[in-house]
Amino acid sequence: MNVNAWAGFKRVLAFQIMNGLTFAALLFVVASGFTLIFGLLRIVNLAHGALYLFGGYVGFTVGAWSGSFVLAMLSAMIFVALAGYALDQGLLRFVRGVELRQVMLTLGVAFVLNDLGLVIWGGDTFTIPTPEWLQGAVMIGKLFYPKFRVFVLVVGVLVFAALWLLLNKTRLGALIRAGVDDREMVEACGIDIRSVFLVTFMLGSALAGLGGVLGGTFLALYPSADAEILVFSLAVVIIGGRGSLAGAAIGAVLIGLLNTFGQVWFPQLAYFVIFGPMALLLAFRPLGLFGKAA
Amino acid sequence: MMLSRPYALAGAAFLACVPLVLPSYYVSVATQILIFSVLTMSIDVLAGFTGRTPLCFGAIFGTSAYVVLYTFSVFGWPWPLAMICGVLGASLLALLFAALAVRTSGVYFLLLTLALGLIVWGICLRWTPVTGGENGLRTELRQSLGLSARGLYACVALVVGVVTFAMWRFVRSPFGLTLRGIKEGEGRMASLGYDVPLHLTIAFTAAGFFAGIAGVLYAVFNDFVSPSTVQLAQSVSGLLMAIVGGIGTLFGGFVGAFVIIALEQAVSSVTERWPMVLGLTFIAIMIFAPEGVIGKARLLLTKSHNIDPDGVGR
Repeated sequence: MNVNAWAGFKRVLAFQIMNGLTFAALLFVVASGFTLIFGLLRIVNLAHGALYLFGGYVGFTVGAWSGSFVLAMLSAMIFVALAGYALDQGLLRFVRGVELRQVMLTLGVAFVLNDLGLVIWGGDTFTIPTPEWLQGAVMIGKLFYPKFRVFVLVVGVLVFAALWLLLNKTRLGALIRAGVDDREMVEACGIDIRSVFLVTFMLGSALAGLGGVLGGTFLALYPSADAEILVFSLAVVIIGGRGSLAGAAIGAVLIGLLNTFGQVWFPQLAYFVIFGPMALLLAFRPLGLFGKAA
Repeated sequence: MMLSRPYALAGAAFLACVPLVLPSYYVSVATQILIFSVLTMSIDVLAGFTGRTPLCFGAIFGTSAYVVLYTFSVFGWPWPLAMICGVLGASLLALLFAALAVRTSGVYFLLLTLALGLIVWGICLRWTPVTGGENGLRTELRQSLGLSARGLYACVALVVGVVTFAMWRFVRSPFGLTLRGIKEGEGRMASLGYDVPLHLTIAFTAAGFFAGIAGVLYAVFNDFVSPSTVQLAQSVSGLLMAIVGGIGTLFGGFVGAFVIIALEQAVSSVTERWPMVLGLTFIAIMIFAPEGVIGKARLLLTKSHNIDPDGVGR
């Protein structure tokens, strides 16, 4: 192999790795909300993908109306957090304490929301326009890379840092962590764990909304996008373990890279490349890499 | 809880009379209901008798249909051989799933089987040279069997009768009682010396075998299979049918399949919003009648409390 071909190969490889990492950042934003809710409330919110899609649609509409990307992100987060509030207070309150009923209720909500999206926005594919200040490419080392994808990477890292600080340095975070470990004990200490639950649920939902706007800009929004992102989030959380932030980050990077390289090298088996390792891992470590027994 | 023998006989007699009175469109709907009853009961074998709720049975069911249509149309094998291969394929897939999943329980079992089912869906969608991708596989299997709508109904009803009896024997056998023991108290059964993972693997494989038979019937009925047959919505609606019929009732599968398919037919003739109605039905059942329609009716009638109040068996 001559020097030029080798340099070209290295550039393609670097590009693929960056693609994998930016996808991982998006996955982390979505899956961190999922794992927070799963970890504390013990609810596997299968409507999380639908919340992501709704966040994207709302961001698209607000962005088109106001022309502001920041406003689109904020309104998507607020809207989806309110939807999470409605889901928790309006529906999940009737099935508290029974895990499987909660899971299947959220599955029903996912079907309803998906169809509602189809009614409101139709079956077309939308892409949220990239704002001007994030268009173009930046130079990273010797690599030209799209600015927006770098932005997604930065947002992913910021969300990780913010959640880490929230969980480890604040009173609310201490309550959430205590709730993950032993819910009854927290209640016995006289703390209203319900309101902690509700805040967590809204925060997790807001992250899904934020992910929807990011994903809607560098991927696309279409009626089955919710199921696809849900499956990826599930894989991330299953690999990382329930309620673990570090687990979600490692799982997201793993899935992001596997997905990118799987699609390039084994396009027909791309799904297998992602879920094969996940199924194997779960068979031997049923609680994931960082999971703790309930 | 089992239905007593007179009810079962009356039900069988009713099903046998259906094609004599209904127009042929409804006979085909009735055939569909019977086929999905088998799928529903196979899910119930696992969910109701071992306490493990699976979300992958659409994939097992659809795999069987894929194998039948592929071996029949591409390899040109005779239909009995193709059908046997279909059931075998589904059983082997269930065995593989079981090997990976039986050590998990509760929500993790649900999630793992969901992911496994999605692998099958992904392969059916992407492995275009074999599965035909989005276009699916189409054959003339039903035509070559020379079956009219009523003839097909009769054949399906016969097979469904035999399979239902087999499942009933299976869950009533000493082995089935062991499964119930595992559902009620896994730790105790293990300390009594029962090999819990082995029992669950056998139960999962047997349930896959029954779902495979449903898949074979569906292949003949539909003459067409596509990724939508193995997708999550299929597993979900199968599970919903089982829940509506009542988890752990086995024969409730007929009621569940009837309610959901009749609802689908009724709704589809009025509006295109079937997924929304399906979702709303799911939510309503989970909130108001998690023990299923039969269980709810029985509760209201007798106020007895010997039915699993959580419905879905935990």
